[in-house]
Amino acid sequence: MSSAATRPRIDWGGVAISVASPIVALAIAMGLTSVLMLISGLEPSVAFNTVATRMQESTAWIDAAQQAVPLYISAIAVAIGFKMNLFNIGVEGQYRVAMLTTVAVGTSVDLPAPLHVLLCLAVAMVTGAAWAAIPALLKVHRGVSEVISTIMMNYIATGVLAFLFSEVFAQREVGDLNPKSKILPTSAWMPNIIEEGLHNLTGFIVVAALLGVAYYLLVWKSRFGFQLRASGANPTAAKTAGINPRSMILRAMLLSGAVAGLVGMPQLLGDKHAYSSDLQLGLGFSGIAVALLGRNSPIGIAFAALTFGFLDSAARFLDLEQIPKEIVTIMQGILVLAVVVVYEVARRMKQQRTQERSSRVLEFASPEAANA
Amino acid sequence: MTATLESRHLPGDEPAPTGVPESLAGLRPWQRTMVSLLVALIALSLVRQISGANGLTSSGTIGAALRLGVPIAMAGLGGIFAERVGIVNIGLEGMMILGAWFGAYGAWMWGPWYGLALGMLGGAIGGLLHAIATVTFNVDHIISGVAINIVGGGLARYLSVVAYDETSGGSATQSPPRKSEISTITVPWISKGLESLEGRHWFLVSDFAGIVRGATTNLSLATVTAGILILASAAVLWRTRFGLRLRSIGENPYAAESLGVGVLRTKYAGVILSGMSAGFGGAFLSVVQASIYREGQTSGRGFIGLATMIFGNWRPGGLVAGALLFGYSDGLQLRAPAAVPALFLLVTFICIGVAAIQVRSRRLPQAALTSAVGLAFLVGYLTVDELSDSLAYCTPYVVTLVVLATSSQRLRPPAAAGQPYRRGEAH
Repeated sequence: MSSAATRPRIDWGGVAISVASPIVALAIAMGLTSVLMLISGLEPSVAFNTVATRMQESTAWIDAAQQAVPLYISAIAVAIGFKMNLFNIGVEGQYRVAMLTTVAVGTSVDLPAPLHVLLCLAVAMVTGAAWAAIPALLKVHRGVSEVISTIMMNYIATGVLAFLFSEVFAQREVGDLNPKSKILPTSAWMPNIIEEGLHNLTGFIVVAALLGVAYYLLVWKSRFGFQLRASGANPTAAKTAGINPRSMILRAMLLSGAVAGLVGMPQLLGDKHAYSSDLQLGLGFSGIAVALLGRNSPIGIAFAALTFGFLDSAARFLDLEQIPKEIVTIMQGILVLAVVVVYEVARRMKQQRTQERSSRVLEFASPEAANA
Repeated sequence: MTATLESRHLPGDEPAPTGVPESLAGLRPWQRTMVSLLVALIALSLVRQISGANGLTSSGTIGAALRLGVPIAMAGLGGIFAERVGIVNIGLEGMMILGAWFGAYGAWMWGPWYGLALGMLGGAIGGLLHAIATVTFNVDHIISGVAINIVGGGLARYLSVVAYDETSGGSATQSPPRKSEISTITVPWISKGLESLEGRHWFLVSDFAGIVRGATTNLSLATVTAGILILASAAVLWRTRFGLRLRSIGENPYAAESLGVGVLRTKYAGVILSGMSAGFGGAFLSVVQASIYREGQTSGRGFIGLATMIFGNWRPGGLVAGALLFGYSDGLQLRAPAAVPALFLLVTFICIGVAAIQVRSRRLPQAALTSAVGLAFLVGYLTVDELSDSLAYCTPYVVTLVVLATSSQRLRPPAAAGQPYRRGEAH
């Protein structure tokens, strides 16, 4: 009897809690959004029906995946920082600076197709890392919190890019309301791998997948990744073990910035092919939410990115039903909050179960003690 | 991950040098402040004389600095309330957005004072949300704050579509104008009397006149209210029993708990007060500075507020100084953009001063670096005639970075800020 109790068994209750958590979080988010819609005189069922109908069309998932790719890259960039307790809110600025630099370099060289794309990606990564280097150095040498400095760098990026774009890169044509930079040569375009009418999916989904694998190998299977996670979990212990915290901060931040540089590439090489004033912004901020939702795991982030991508692409169908598409942003925010709350509650429930199980085991092991 | 904004010391670091010259060390704090202010004024006046950029200390610039400093100071005050109960509040930006939206709504429906009150209520809702997540559910403070920023932005846009779209003067991204303006006051004799003195552009005297005039001319009653709120908050935090309890929780919640303080209740109060302050700051933006709510109106003021809180060492006095500094750099780029390059010269002067201190304390490599930065800014001053608008827009953000990088590292945040707390789990 005692041998059965001490043998490690799968805690099915614990597994059930893990599986149920995201579903409960989604239900809470849907519930709160419904309440908000009811208060403002809208019918929530119309919104959810629209989304549910949209879910059954294959083009919806092509759109969702296309939207999810930059979100995935952005979330990986944020997650690298999270793994060592660094909060890179500057992904937004890093990818926007990288986009302009990539256009500048990409339009001025002539290369065969695959090399040209690779060069653009390399330039983007180097630029992203360089923009992230400023807050990294400020943190290492002056102790400035990266939370504040990366946000300031985002605003500085906005001003500097507006200046460079309008003074240097914009090609002004008479009557053009939407100025663009020079257009990248076709050798720098990323080809589509799926095309269905107006819906397409570019080769960047492969880039994102490779990035996910690289992220997994680097963080969980390499020496550097071990040092990274050790410094994140307990900086004092890591230092005692001979890991230099300054160098870890610097390397993690640069790596995060390099990945952040890629966030704008699906737009640039796969869609717009030029820097313009109507680029999709805010991907860096959404990336934070996606990383939190996916709990920094490469698979989890993929699901989270797909969820956000689907919600984003379904938003315009809500507008057709007279429901403001902004409800999607609120839903995303509440979802993040609900997920962290539910996970915290789930963690406590599991902890309690573990305690109860171990006390039961102890009772079996020494019945005299339990009776005493 | 544990939320902190103040990882100012990496493990094993030697204590940072203070950077205070010995000649100032013997003075009392207020005397030190007066000396610093005087030095700053002389430097500014010197720069104005050399560059001829009279906008640097004109009453217009100072008035704008005051107006632009209020929202930042109120956001920073929100930061103090939250961190003094041990909660890091990066959601100040989202709470400001809510404050700005509700402020404009109140000002449009009923009048500007109702707007300010409603804005505080809007911010308080954000604060309540943050308190539920961080106090009751022990969610990581930074994660909750980021989520609140997302929700705040989304909610404001959603509400704009619902409430403002299809109204006259409103749209999906902005509100209709406020019903009326909050009245302003001008101190009668001083403002008139100093006008001619300011126009003379004398060294030091005219600068002083410009600053006094700027602070006494067309002063909005809302600015006065903000000043009273900050003074009252400081008094409550440092002179009342409630304030002492509140601050003790930020230092050691378990010790406070053992003395019978209602930790959870007080934490809620602190975070909701934090939201109210940020909400006031947001409402000030939409009701007083502009006459409407516009999407993106807060543009990082909440985060700058947090930076001023750090700069001000988690105290109201330092906070106000920081907020005025940022308000000043913002006002300068708005009211006198031609004077912004003159700031480069000021940075050169500051670098010379810092380098001198570093040479005295035998830190030669740092002194060389500081001198190089100073030289770069001097070259910038000599070559740049006028900064383009989009670059001038960066001024307050660059100033924030520079100030955080150069400010004294002897800052002391509340000891328990960012730490999780669960009742009865002392160890």
